[in-house]
Amino acid sequence: MAAPLTLLLIVAVTIRAVLFRSSLAELIPERVEVVSPLNAWKRVVEGLALLDLGVSPYAGDVFHEVSPLSIPLNESNPSIHPSIMADALTAVALYLAVKDYNKTVFRKQKYALEAERYPLDCLELIRTPKEMYYIPLKVAMFYLLNPFTILSCVAKSTCGLNNAVIALFILCTVKGSSLMSAIFLALATYQSIYPLTLFAPALLYLLQRLYIPVNWQRSSFWLFTTQYTFMYLGSLCVMVCLSFFLLSSWDFLSSVYGFILSVPDLTPNIGLFWYFFAEMFEHFRLFFICVFQINVFFYTIPLSIKLKEHPIFLIFMQIAIISIFKSYPTVGDIALYMAFLPAWNHLYRFLRNIFLVSVVLLACSALFPVLWHLWIYAGSANSNFYYAITLLFNVAQILLVSDYFYAYLRREHHLTHGLYLKRKDGSEATLVLK
Amino acid sequence: LWKFMSAFQQCLSPWKFQHPLSQQQFAEEERQWEATEVKEADRVPDTMQTPDVPPLTPAKDQFQEELVIRPLHSGDIYASFQFRTMWDTDFLRGSKVSHYRLFPKSLGQVISKFSVRELHISFTQGYWRTMQWGQPFLPSPPGAELWVWFQDTVTDVDGAWKELTNVLSGIFCASLNFIDSTNTVQPSASFKPLGLGNVTDQRFLRYAVLPREIVCTENLTPWKKLLPCGSKAGLAVLMKSEKLFHSSFHSQALHFRPVCQDWKCKSTVWELRQTLNVVFDLHTSGQGKRGERSLKCYSMVIMQACVVFPLQGELFELSPTTPLLSQAVVLGDRRTYSVYDLTNQATFGQTRSLNMLLRWRAAESGDMLRPLLHGERYVAGYGLQTGEIHTLMYNNHPYRAFPVLLLDTVPWYLRLYIHTLTVTSKGRDNKPSYIHYQPSKDRLRPHLLEMLVQLPPNSVTEVTMQFERALLKWTEYTPDPNHGFYVGSSVISALVPSVVAMDTNSTRECPLFSSFFPCKEESSYFMRVYTEPLLVNLPTPDFSMPYNVICLTCTVVAVGYGSLYNLLTRTFQVEEPSPGLAKRLANIIRRLRGVPLL
Repeated sequence: MAAPLTLLLIVAVTIRAVLFRSSLAELIPERVEVVSPLNAWKRVVEGLALLDLGVSPYAGDVFHEVSPLSIPLNESNPSIHPSIMADALTAVALYLAVKDYNKTVFRKQKYALEAERYPLDCLELIRTPKEMYYIPLKVAMFYLLNPFTILSCVAKSTCGLNNAVIALFILCTVKGSSLMSAIFLALATYQSIYPLTLFAPALLYLLQRLYIPVNWQRSSFWLFTTQYTFMYLGSLCVMVCLSFFLLSSWDFLSSVYGFILSVPDLTPNIGLFWYFFAEMFEHFRLFFICVFQINVFFYTIPLSIKLKEHPIFLIFMQIAIISIFKSYPTVGDIALYMAFLPAWNHLYRFLRNIFLVSVVLLACSALFPVLWHLWIYAGSANSNFYYAITLLFNVAQILLVSDYFYAYLRREHHLTHGLYLKRKDGSEATLVLK
Repeated sequence: LWKFMSAFQQCLSPWKFQHPLSQQQFAEEERQWEATEVKEADRVPDTMQTPDVPPLTPAKDQFQEELVIRPLHSGDIYASFQFRTMWDTDFLRGSKVSHYRLFPKSLGQVISKFSVRELHISFTQGYWRTMQWGQPFLPSPPGAELWVWFQDTVTDVDGAWKELTNVLSGIFCASLNFIDSTNTVQPSASFKPLGLGNVTDQRFLRYAVLPREIVCTENLTPWKKLLPCGSKAGLAVLMKSEKLFHSSFHSQALHFRPVCQDWKCKSTVWELRQTLNVVFDLHTSGQGKRGERSLKCYSMVIMQACVVFPLQGELFELSPTTPLLSQAVVLGDRRTYSVYDLTNQATFGQTRSLNMLLRWRAAESGDMLRPLLHGERYVAGYGLQTGEIHTLMYNNHPYRAFPVLLLDTVPWYLRLYIHTLTVTSKGRDNKPSYIHYQPSKDRLRPHLLEMLVQLPPNSVTEVTMQFERALLKWTEYTPDPNHGFYVGSSVISALVPSVVAMDTNSTRECPLFSSFFPCKEESSYFMRVYTEPLLVNLPTPDFSMPYNVICLTCTVVAVGYGSLYNLLTRTFQVEEPSPGLAKRLANIIRRLRGVPLL
């Protein structure tokens, strides 16, 4: 399997290298879909320029990166940009993680089969090694060859870096290394708060791996939870303090986290925040900011309860929810959760509206630049056009994610209750949510 | 011009008072001037010829006024009024100043309340065209400009500034109350105190420009009221707003500063200088060619003997002539002015009126000496996403390079990228020797960029910087958002080598010993140049849609929330078909009857 992955990496790097040298390399970094104020490369360069002038990069409202990460990013080696390396790293990490995860899934399935826990008519739901064999490669391919990732990479967006950290976090979690998992999770949180919600699935997975049941009465549960929390908070503290000592000021807290949470920059992007808060009545602003931000974190607890047996799917759900509802989303964030879609290809038969959703997503992706041009350059459309597309795009993403959630739950239901359910009178039954 | 002049028929008053008594006399001396054919006139410096102010007045305050009229090379007439009140008092310490004579009380109270050391305010309508008109005596940017040095005893400078702008807003009937932290800066080098004093800590300086401010009569009236006699006596009688505002350029200013009392500079006095600069456009007022233009004039005039154009000789003649001639070097340019001292009875002759005639000698005035320093600015790029600000600085000196300080204040909603700053002269990179950059904070403070750039001789230096346009909240847009947003003028401050020093033509009559080395005591002079303000469009949201947007976005969030909630709280169940209505009714009846259900 190493050979196809290497080939894939070569192809992906070549595509990026070619695009870096094409005229698109100047155009793409200006696209609002691809870069946000949080991760634009231009702003990183600006922060470094400010540092050169002896001004704190956080003195202004242009630079919103946490410093220790971006400073080594300074373009020292122009032939292979860090964003290309970050993409390759993400792909490899996802590849290894999914491979390991598939092994676990398969082992569990084998035990269940041996224990004859599955109903007889569910045999066609059983996953075979043959179809699982290429999944890791497909995941890597979905990430590396996704146009969204490529755009994000060519724009040198630091989003690729965030994705790499999250991918490494998933890898470490799947491998069962709780310390590294906590460190990478802290790193991801430190970059952009939202990955905080991945704490719950990581903890669930690690507990599951150690065969510790989630039971409030068990001391081993509490022991491990405390241990993991400490590792997480400890490394987060170290990083924050490191940032503090680098510039000897706490300015970065408001400039990075305050900026993410209070959404002062209303530059259009593909998310829901910008137009909503541009049009918001001043006295409702705080209320709605709280509502929208809580919305991102809110799903963690019910999802963790519902999916406590399936933490990796929970990670997928959380990443998807973050990238839909976060304050400054870009296409790079979407690319990360879309990379997981091949891992759930056994759910395909239960998806209800995948065709519609794919078409809408494709159409919206094409319409973004068109309507942007009409609004900003041609002046023949106004902001509502672009806004309408962002709405549609987000609805499609929500439908996609909830469809996968539905399919996952339904498959689990079938695995316990049998695939061909019958009514009391013996006729073929339809399954409904009640 | 005829009309213009007839408006001035009113009266002329002595233009220099030394004490309030004479001022009262003046008011009585008002008289009507006959409208007679006169030609253009020109007038000038007052203090120059009589530098020794009659010193023995017991009053601690004195008042002077003058009007300089200068024909411009474009054919327009530049009139510059200056009124100066000097007062030897102490606004700051000791007992409150309560007795005001010449000094305006409204302003005096403000100054003592806010501990102002220096105050400069200007209201300008129109843009001074340096390349056509040469340098103005007092430069000012379009719109309103205010800069204040506070005393170093002030602790809460920002609070004092905020209050002061609101008070001044009331005094001048202007929108100065729109000055807040988003358009106030503290330049580190460009605005040093013009008066005495050695405090140059920029913490006590506040500078703000409102480029959008419209200047009109409602600003002129309060400004005139600050004069000791309002517009009832003195040169101020000539200021009729319908004429003053029918002009290409109008700028009224007020400068307050501490100055030396005399040449020994043993004590300081407070100087209040009110200036009004107007450029009358002769072409639009329907006049004929330059030679035949006639102008009714009313005041003393100084003719320019134009030593700077020695080859062309005198450009125009003036009648009646005045025996008083004054030579002055202003803005590096030595000229001779004819002075008509209206306090001198001889100026009037028997008629008690002064009519001036200026006749152009040549139909074409020849080339104007190009201003040595000149600035331009524009926005490049298209679309509403990004753009680039270009500032051009011209050094027209043939062989001298000189440094200039460029000050740029850009509002926060144009996000500047300092790493895209380029400074090029003659096709080569020109690295600024000093950069002071303060990045903006959203909704809090603007960008401030100050640079010291060396301008090579005879060159154009271009400063470019990219910016990104922000989308604002819908309540933050001005009432006509598609008109665009103004960005204040750049300020270019420089010590410019003097034209006089450049003059190597030795045909002038001067002592031989003084003419060998070209550099003299006036070898350079300070100059401030304002560029054009910019008008930049920003992307706008649809202002009619707040309810719709709130509803639609909330709907999408609700779709997300709802579909997840649905899946989280419900479980899968086999759907049992509900029996039909007839069957249910039959079952109810059967249950009542006690027979088995269907």
